[in-house]
Amino acid sequence: MDWTERLQDYCKLHSGFLMGLDIGSTTAKIVVVEDGKILFSKYERHFSQVRQKAVELTQEAESFLKGRTFTASISGSAGLGLAKAAGLPFVQEVFATGQVVEVLEPATDVVVELGGEDAKVIFFRGGMDERMNGSCAGGTGAFIDQMATLLNVSVEQLDELALKHERIYPIASRCGVFAKSDIQPLLNQGAKKEDIAASVYQAVVDQTIAGLAQGRRIEGHVMFLGGPLFYCQGLRDRFQQTLKLSDEDAVFPEYGRFAVALGAAFYGTGQDARYTYEQWLSALENAASVSTKTEHAQPLFEDEAEYAAFLERHSRAKVPARDLEGYTGKAYLGIDCGSTTTKLVLIDPEGTILYSYYGNNKGNPVDVVREHLGVIYEKADAGLTIAGSAVTGYGEELIQRAFHLDGGLVETMAHYSAARFFNPDVDFIMDIGGQDMKCLSIRNDSIDSIILNEACSSGCGSFIETFARALGYPIAEFAKLGLFSRNPVDLGSRCTVFMNSSVKQAQKDGADVTDISAGLSMSIVKNALFKVLRVQSAKDLGEHIVVQGGTFLNDAVLRSFERELGAEVTRPAIAGLMGAFGAALFAKKLNVETSSTVSAEELKTFTHTSETVTCNGCTNHCPLTINTFFGDEKYVSGNKCERGGLLALGKKPETAAKLPNLYRYKREKLLKLKADRGEGPYTIGIPMSLGVFELAPMWHTIFRKLGFKVEMTGFSDKRIYTKGQYTIPSDTACYPAKLMHGHVESLLEKGVDAVFYPCLTYNYHESNATDNFYNCPVVAYYSEVLNGNMDSLHQDGVKFLYPYLAVNDKKQLAKGLCECLNEAFGGFALSAVEGAVEAGHKAYEDWMTDVREEGGKALAWARQNGKRIMVLAGRPYHVDSGICQGMDQLIESLGFVIVSEDCVSNLVTPQKVNVLNQWVYHARLYNAAKYVGLHDDCQLVQLVSFGCGLDAITTDEVRAILERYGKLYTQIKIDEINNLGAAKIRLRSLVGALEEREAKWR
Amino acid sequence: MEIGCTSCAGCGLESCSGCEEDKKYIETEKREIETPDNRVIFTKEMKKTYTLLAPTMLPMHFRLFQEVFRKNGYNMELLENEGRKAVDCGVKYVHNDACYPSICVIGQFIDALQSGKYDVNKVAVIYMQTGGGCRASNYVSLMRKAFARAGFSQVPIVTINIAGLEKHPGFKVTVPMYRDLLNCCLYADLMMTLRNQCRVREVKKGQTDALCDHWVKKLGKEIWDGKMKYSRVKENMRRMAADFALIERKPEQPVRVGIVGEIYVKYSPLGNNYLEEFLYKEGAEAVVPGLLDFMYYCVYNNRLDFELYGMRSDSRLIWKIVCNYFEKKKNDLNEIIRERGVFYGFSSYAHLLELAKEKHCVGMGMKMGEGWLLTSEMLELCEMGVSNIVCCQPFGCLPNHIVGKGMMRPIKARYPEANIVAIDFDPGASRINQENRLKLMMSNARK
Repeated sequence: MDWTERLQDYCKLHSGFLMGLDIGSTTAKIVVVEDGKILFSKYERHFSQVRQKAVELTQEAESFLKGRTFTASISGSAGLGLAKAAGLPFVQEVFATGQVVEVLEPATDVVVELGGEDAKVIFFRGGMDERMNGSCAGGTGAFIDQMATLLNVSVEQLDELALKHERIYPIASRCGVFAKSDIQPLLNQGAKKEDIAASVYQAVVDQTIAGLAQGRRIEGHVMFLGGPLFYCQGLRDRFQQTLKLSDEDAVFPEYGRFAVALGAAFYGTGQDARYTYEQWLSALENAASVSTKTEHAQPLFEDEAEYAAFLERHSRAKVPARDLEGYTGKAYLGIDCGSTTTKLVLIDPEGTILYSYYGNNKGNPVDVVREHLGVIYEKADAGLTIAGSAVTGYGEELIQRAFHLDGGLVETMAHYSAARFFNPDVDFIMDIGGQDMKCLSIRNDSIDSIILNEACSSGCGSFIETFARALGYPIAEFAKLGLFSRNPVDLGSRCTVFMNSSVKQAQKDGADVTDISAGLSMSIVKNALFKVLRVQSAKDLGEHIVVQGGTFLNDAVLRSFERELGAEVTRPAIAGLMGAFGAALFAKKLNVETSSTVSAEELKTFTHTSETVTCNGCTNHCPLTINTFFGDEKYVSGNKCERGGLLALGKKPETAAKLPNLYRYKREKLLKLKADRGEGPYTIGIPMSLGVFELAPMWHTIFRKLGFKVEMTGFSDKRIYTKGQYTIPSDTACYPAKLMHGHVESLLEKGVDAVFYPCLTYNYHESNATDNFYNCPVVAYYSEVLNGNMDSLHQDGVKFLYPYLAVNDKKQLAKGLCECLNEAFGGFALSAVEGAVEAGHKAYEDWMTDVREEGGKALAWARQNGKRIMVLAGRPYHVDSGICQGMDQLIESLGFVIVSEDCVSNLVTPQKVNVLNQWVYHARLYNAAKYVGLHDDCQLVQLVSFGCGLDAITTDEVRAILERYGKLYTQIKIDEINNLGAAKIRLRSLVGALEEREAKWR
Repeated sequence: MEIGCTSCAGCGLESCSGCEEDKKYIETEKREIETPDNRVIFTKEMKKTYTLLAPTMLPMHFRLFQEVFRKNGYNMELLENEGRKAVDCGVKYVHNDACYPSICVIGQFIDALQSGKYDVNKVAVIYMQTGGGCRASNYVSLMRKAFARAGFSQVPIVTINIAGLEKHPGFKVTVPMYRDLLNCCLYADLMMTLRNQCRVREVKKGQTDALCDHWVKKLGKEIWDGKMKYSRVKENMRRMAADFALIERKPEQPVRVGIVGEIYVKYSPLGNNYLEEFLYKEGAEAVVPGLLDFMYYCVYNNRLDFELYGMRSDSRLIWKIVCNYFEKKKNDLNEIIRERGVFYGFSSYAHLLELAKEKHCVGMGMKMGEGWLLTSEMLELCEMGVSNIVCCQPFGCLPNHIVGKGMMRPIKARYPEANIVAIDFDPGASRINQENRLKLMMSNARK
């Protein structure tokens, strides 16, 4: 029996004539069914005109509905408010989906439904269980839209591209913003669009599995519903392949887009009311005039006059410009190859602009630069000489190599020199670009602190653009719409993904496009000020504030910014070009004899191809892109170390002296320990994650002494993560915790008899100066989550040992361990365990001493050799190459000797702090900061895991300590994202600022 | 662990050249800069002249607590400013990655201080602090930073905690005060339970709330008059139960929905977007485990430190006595709720502990945040037949990754009918998302 017959049966039993309306976050759907036949159906974007669209759709069905009575109901996330206001029956959309399955596909085990912004998984077997994406899980349909925009293709083209892919890149699957920061570097490195398109789909699939399945496997007879799955063949393929479903088990019904509307129709049959066309329509129409209840902000401008005055004030910040045609003499070229846009500026020696370009880099910045360099050469007379050129931005190296530019510089320095040219007194620069936010505060003519947005709040400029497109407006027009909105909606100040749902709420309450536009501009500003900068007033920023970046070209954003700060700021007329302008100034400062920039002649023969390979130089397995210019000039991107770049070109990497790096030292030490498995009747498995990184020598020694064979996992990688992602119950837990699942799976694959990860409320009592000696809740109790959510731990022949132990107290530790081991295996005498614990404690202490001694050597070496020292301050598990993502190698490549926080934390008397100092790992950070404060040759970079709540406290305190000593504070948030781009900007900016400071002292 | 000496830099080995180098370095280089102590002490003088502002986590409970403090010479005032403005204020002054409750509470304080209603040189604020391994124990330092940024660094911050943190000469909770506060907690837990069971079913609209008001006033006066003997307290509780039993209720039992979660967002309407009100409007009966349970949990963990880690061996008898005292109170409370056969109560602590231990969901040693209690409460609700549960947590709450979201699967394995929805609260989380999830839970509940 197929679904059409079932539908007929249903209609016979219930109502003969039924209608359902589904109003989701971006689309509205209607279905009219009579006697088992779908008479009418329609699927349309509603562009946030929720009520009007509902009325329209009903009117379109007039010929079917008129003169009849029918049962009906409304569903969908934007349908709730409408139904309430109209007094019509409403059914929650997941529930509606459940009804469809019951009626039309009763054999279904699981439903996967992707909508505009919602993703749902419903399990039908073994207790019905529904999962919806949480507030952090980002959109799906909207996410695909956003990615298509980023690639500069339509959603249909994206699908076509995906079908032709050859490889899949790892793209973070948590939310759109993360994925974007993964895709951007790939684009900039010239990876193929086909591959990226498929990778985008894969990210959606991974997100659905990791974020929603939460410990349950999606298997059996699976039905896929919703618009994106209906339209995107490539997405369907990714799902089917990833879930390993046969064609019979993967059901993609033709009513997929209308499933919720059908569910609403079914729900309607259970209601008492029957409606005529007129009744239904007038209920909807009346609802359309109900007043709203969303919270509103003050309008941006009271009237046109106020706006005119505002424009007049800002028009004063101009730069001289002249025509390129007819110009003879030297000129300097600056390029800013940003995340989403490419900017070019050509200046004369006085800084007058001869040519400028600002535009979307359309997925391939190389093309854009080639085109506009061509334009410059074409327009200019023979008398023009490009006397110097420089590039900044994400695509810096790529463009520099491609066009033989004379120099490259980090964005922050480029922006600073541009702003300084403009206003020599500038003391604060705020730049909001397509995806980055950069804030520089200037003190004593040098960069004093740099604040960049973290991956979670980025996407500012491109976000508003994507939104505009989704609502059907070009960005400039969309921004203008907001200027005179009377009731701007209050959309909150968090990451852009949250804004999506706030917009949904506003739409629900009937806000129109102008209100949303104004609201978005305001929230971008709030996001910048309160989330990234965390300031209270303009005073905190400075007296001479310069704002720049393409996003500030939007008057609504600029106005909101001034309004929030309560101060007037300077927006140069070339706000969008400041990076390129700064690069041009830098090019001039380079003072090269003859510029190597490709000439007009050379440009004609310019070619660019790219291919992708996987680096096998180390366990990171970086995906590399090999770009070839002019047929034989090769440039490798995507590599995290120089070695990888050389290997990819078939060259032999030199094995020359590396700088001392305590992270590497610890890794090597751990690997040695792992290799020492020993033999024994039982094999005990220890996952190399969280607290184990430090306690490994203790557990290893104890179990070896007790006659176990010890099997440990290695460092994390994507493969390990994927192995365990099916069982992660909380998608907002930190990445190191989520990795635990994969490590445990790896151990089980190796056939261990028991897995050991104890619960440790308290850690080693390292110092009496702290308030307590806790572990963080996740390190302490993650075993409980593993036990509750990993079925594989409960299979026969495997024991999961996670006793609550006191590591700091040998007697208690021995007692607890002995009890646990006797229960699991039997036959352990307390005295034997006590002996093992004694040895274990010694092994641990020896280990720590050795690490600290090595740290001391590294410090001494650096001082003897005049090298900069970097205290890379994180937690023990940050040495995992899969967690720190090659951060230490990157810092090493910038010429720093690297020591870890635990090597210096005991070199000073304990730091007094203004917070409750009660976590052992965190206490070390404060002391390390003090050490760095006391030593001019040391810098500190703090590694922070995304989602670590404790770091909200430690980062502020570490920063405060460093700033009291006049030190720069740099924080790097790490997550599953595989992108060093943002980190590189931070670190290079740090180096740039250091160099400027040093130059001044000389 | 102490290795090496503090002057020679820890590695403890004479041969370590790094340390020697270091020593020289320190001698010739910078001087240490002390962390400025930003604490403002609440003096005995201030007790006489200052107003103590308190947040309203649980309206009924805190109104009674307020009376205890007033009776003891503190001029305490509960904050009634609510809504988006308070939260916005918090977002402005608190680190955004800090958890939502701190944003709400600090926002409420600063909003009040900025309102012009108080002489900011004559107020102090008071807050409850737990002092466990969760970041919530750092509220006070977050609060100090926020106050300083908002220009209120002169405002003393006083905390009530049993961990002995943050002492102030002008503020001391004496043993009789603790006893009175505990009795107030009994009153308020009882009232909350009775209100939940009556309000959604009342035939005469508003009758329940009027009765609550009446009792809060009446009890407030009794506290003021010092009538806090336990026999009197019990008598009052009996009378209260009798009064509520007289409320005429619709015969049909509405869908029951349990509320558990992080302590602040579980109870505070500001924190949980008026969750109880939402459920009331949906026609559901909220089942909310009382504040006493959380207090008991905090106390009991001190016993666990001995049982699991051999710590606190000298005070363990005291903790045992305190635990027994709590157990007795809870049993009395339950008895009074049940004795008329109209209302249902909760489990005894002995049973709650048993649930935690026997159901093998989470170990008793999990004592950060709401710890094992949260899981036990979900199990308790399921056992009571309240299988619809809202589990509230601030976005990114570390302990709740474990005891909340992490335990849903094991709980469902034990109670397949369990219908649990986890709701994250956050300044940016929109109500529509929360309501949508709640609606789904309600649809399932009604099925």
